[in-house]
Amino acid sequence: MIIKNLTVRFGAFTAVDDVTLEIPPGSIVGLVGESGSGKSTLARAVSGLVPYTGAVEGGDPRRIQMVFQDPSTSLDPRMTVGASVAEGLRLPRTARGPEVERLLSLVSLPAELAGRYPRELSGGQRQRVAIARALGARPELLIADEITSALDVSVQGSVLNLVRSLRAEFGLSMLFISHNLAVVRYVSDVVAVMHEGRLVETGPTEEVVGAPKEGYTRSLLEAVPRLGRG
Amino acid sequence: MRHLLRSPAGIAGTLLVTLMVILAIVGPPIWGAEAERIDSTAILQGVSAAHPLGTDNLGRDILARVLVAGRLSLALALLATLIGAGAGVVLGALPSVLPRRAARLVTGTVNALVAFPGLLLAMFTAVIAGLGARGAVLGIGAAVAPGFARLTQTLAASVAGADYVSAARMLGVSRWRVMSRHVLPNIAEPLILNLTQALGGALLGLAGMSFLGLGVQPPSFDWGRLLFDGFSRIYATPAVALGPAAAVALAGIGFNLLGDVLARAAARGSAPEAKATGRAVPDTGGIGEPDPDAVLEVRDLTVTFPGGVTPVRGLSLTVAPGEIVGLVGESGSGKSLTASAIGGLVPYPGEVSAGRLRLCGADLGELPETERRRLLGTSLAMVFQDPMASLNPALRVGGQLAEVAIVHQGASRTEAGNRAVDRLEHVRVPEPGRRARQHPHELSGGMRQRAVIAMGLMGEPRLIIADEPTTALDVTVQREILRLLRQVTDETGAATLFISHDIAVVGELCHRVVVMYAGRVVEELPVEELVSGAAHPYTRALVASLPDMETDRSLPLASIPGRQPSPAEVGGGCAFAARCELATARCAELPPLISYGTAHRVACWEA
Repeated sequence: MIIKNLTVRFGAFTAVDDVTLEIPPGSIVGLVGESGSGKSTLARAVSGLVPYTGAVEGGDPRRIQMVFQDPSTSLDPRMTVGASVAEGLRLPRTARGPEVERLLSLVSLPAELAGRYPRELSGGQRQRVAIARALGARPELLIADEITSALDVSVQGSVLNLVRSLRAEFGLSMLFISHNLAVVRYVSDVVAVMHEGRLVETGPTEEVVGAPKEGYTRSLLEAVPRLGRG
Repeated sequence: MRHLLRSPAGIAGTLLVTLMVILAIVGPPIWGAEAERIDSTAILQGVSAAHPLGTDNLGRDILARVLVAGRLSLALALLATLIGAGAGVVLGALPSVLPRRAARLVTGTVNALVAFPGLLLAMFTAVIAGLGARGAVLGIGAAVAPGFARLTQTLAASVAGADYVSAARMLGVSRWRVMSRHVLPNIAEPLILNLTQALGGALLGLAGMSFLGLGVQPPSFDWGRLLFDGFSRIYATPAVALGPAAAVALAGIGFNLLGDVLARAAARGSAPEAKATGRAVPDTGGIGEPDPDAVLEVRDLTVTFPGGVTPVRGLSLTVAPGEIVGLVGESGSGKSLTASAIGGLVPYPGEVSAGRLRLCGADLGELPETERRRLLGTSLAMVFQDPMASLNPALRVGGQLAEVAIVHQGASRTEAGNRAVDRLEHVRVPEPGRRARQHPHELSGGMRQRAVIAMGLMGEPRLIIADEPTTALDVTVQREILRLLRQVTDETGAATLFISHDIAVVGELCHRVVVMYAGRVVEELPVEELVSGAAHPYTRALVASLPDMETDRSLPLASIPGRQPSPAEVGGGCAFAARCELATARCAELPPLISYGTAHRVACWEA
């Protein structure tokens, strides 16, 4: 899938400025940037939630799904997990139960959770449910917008592992958005850096992280807090 | 339902409404015959033992008629409210499902109707629909509807912005389904609450309509009609009019009180919070002598909330001058409440107890209130995640900083103002003079956080508590704020307690790290040992699960199964045992925090 010359304007303010980005099939493209860089607006535009000019080519726009930052607001508190996951399924009523079970197992959740409400789940479990719901629509592209930012460190790891296994096992293409460079570096094949609405640098992860060309990318890299290992 | 009976208004409302409902059920069967009995010998009588409220022009007992009329009055009010609410909800929900142009038309109509006086709308409708109960009910329904429409529209708009609605839209769920499955169920509660209040209003409105002769017509009668009939005699025998008037007033007050209390109970989360008293328990047995060098010394700090919820359990902590101590833990570990307890900011109804709580050598538990506030005001600087929580959006930045010096140091306005500009310059706010004259919203997030730090530097802080001060900031800004905190600590020699969920940030800034889990300290260690020398399985797992710029991308990340127990679930043993690979039978007993090498303590049987 390829995003071509995508621009989003809110009145006189240009939030996303002429962005062209290719997401090769079966790969994870990481998008980093600071708040206000336009990365979330780009995600919402590609998902069809915000009007834009430009094009998203090479795929069915209805088969783009998004997973949001905070699973406590992205799941309807008054719907059971099963009902939420079944929402995107275009299947006869009888076939839904087994499909919900299959989707939950894809994200390593037990089938019993289908009858529970989001408030009864931990943050990591909720985020898995949101991912299962998106997978139910059989997406060609999954957009993950800061999906680990609202999670605790101890569960962040398991969600990142899930993201990588979905790519490895099902060849899912993904646009993975985060402000956390270490997280983006860990999951992505390609890293794109966004600043003030524009893409300033794009390239294979090792190149962008190891030998950044742009000054802005370098300053981002330098600011990442390090534990001082080794 | 318990909270209904907590306030006098709740008790009165519940009582009145219950009485009215009982009256509506039992009134007609008991007094029905009496109310209809025509007695030509007792026409237009005043108050007497046989007729406590007198009789009407056909000799019927007015008290009996008032008691019987309750059913019709309440039924009509209920009907009118339901009609109004139904129409209102539909009108209010339509803009969310209609195409843009039609939606705008509906919104415009609702806006016009809201601006129109309700009673006029009701009379207008009633005149068109025909005199009588039907017209009055439709009229009042029409008067109630715009309010409901507006409420529904506002509530629906807030839900329509929720992520789960966006998710449903992306999954191709139709607008009608989004409305019926996501929006309406999530706004039902406030709508139903509003119904109770609207019922009171409808009751009064209908009585008014009947009183004007637009409502119920003879031979039927409701309270308004009785009032209308009795009104001409009000100077001769006031009781004949006052009886029905009192009934209308009581019912109206009852429903409004109940609606009010219900609405307040539903919004209880935002109820005003009173400050809990941070009284320390004077129990110095077993906690040793006070440390004379420590800026902050906490021993056995416990914070409890009613219902057995204990977010902080027997926490001990010492911070020396010039030292930056990082307090790390996941959300719900009690790290922020620890900070609140030290600053005396634990919200009501939390209770704080501590074996010792010393700041700058003074025991906070023993100081009189005024001195305690003075000590906290001058020696403690607090920086929170959201700088807007510490800054008043309506006041200029410089003025807010100056106030600290005016209140606590007795400085003059000019002195304080100059010091504020000087402090802003010190935390490297560019153009401090101009910034001081600006309001908080004119500053960027990083700049605001600097201003809050500058506010802490107006006095001579001995302790700086920074609670997630960089969590809302970008990495590049975060870096600058961390540098500033370190510089301030070095210059002032203050002790800093830095609270964060981000172990990498703590690792970069702090000298010593205190790891909290489920309200307790599980490990305390020098920062150099964090990566390779941590002894507690939880600390080790936390470090391992954090991806950084050197993590091997070919291996899965470590993660900890399960979740942290909530403050109400923590049992007597090691709280981490359920998630721990090393757990044994012994972990059912609480491991003490014991020395483990130099300046390193750990609470684990297996470490």
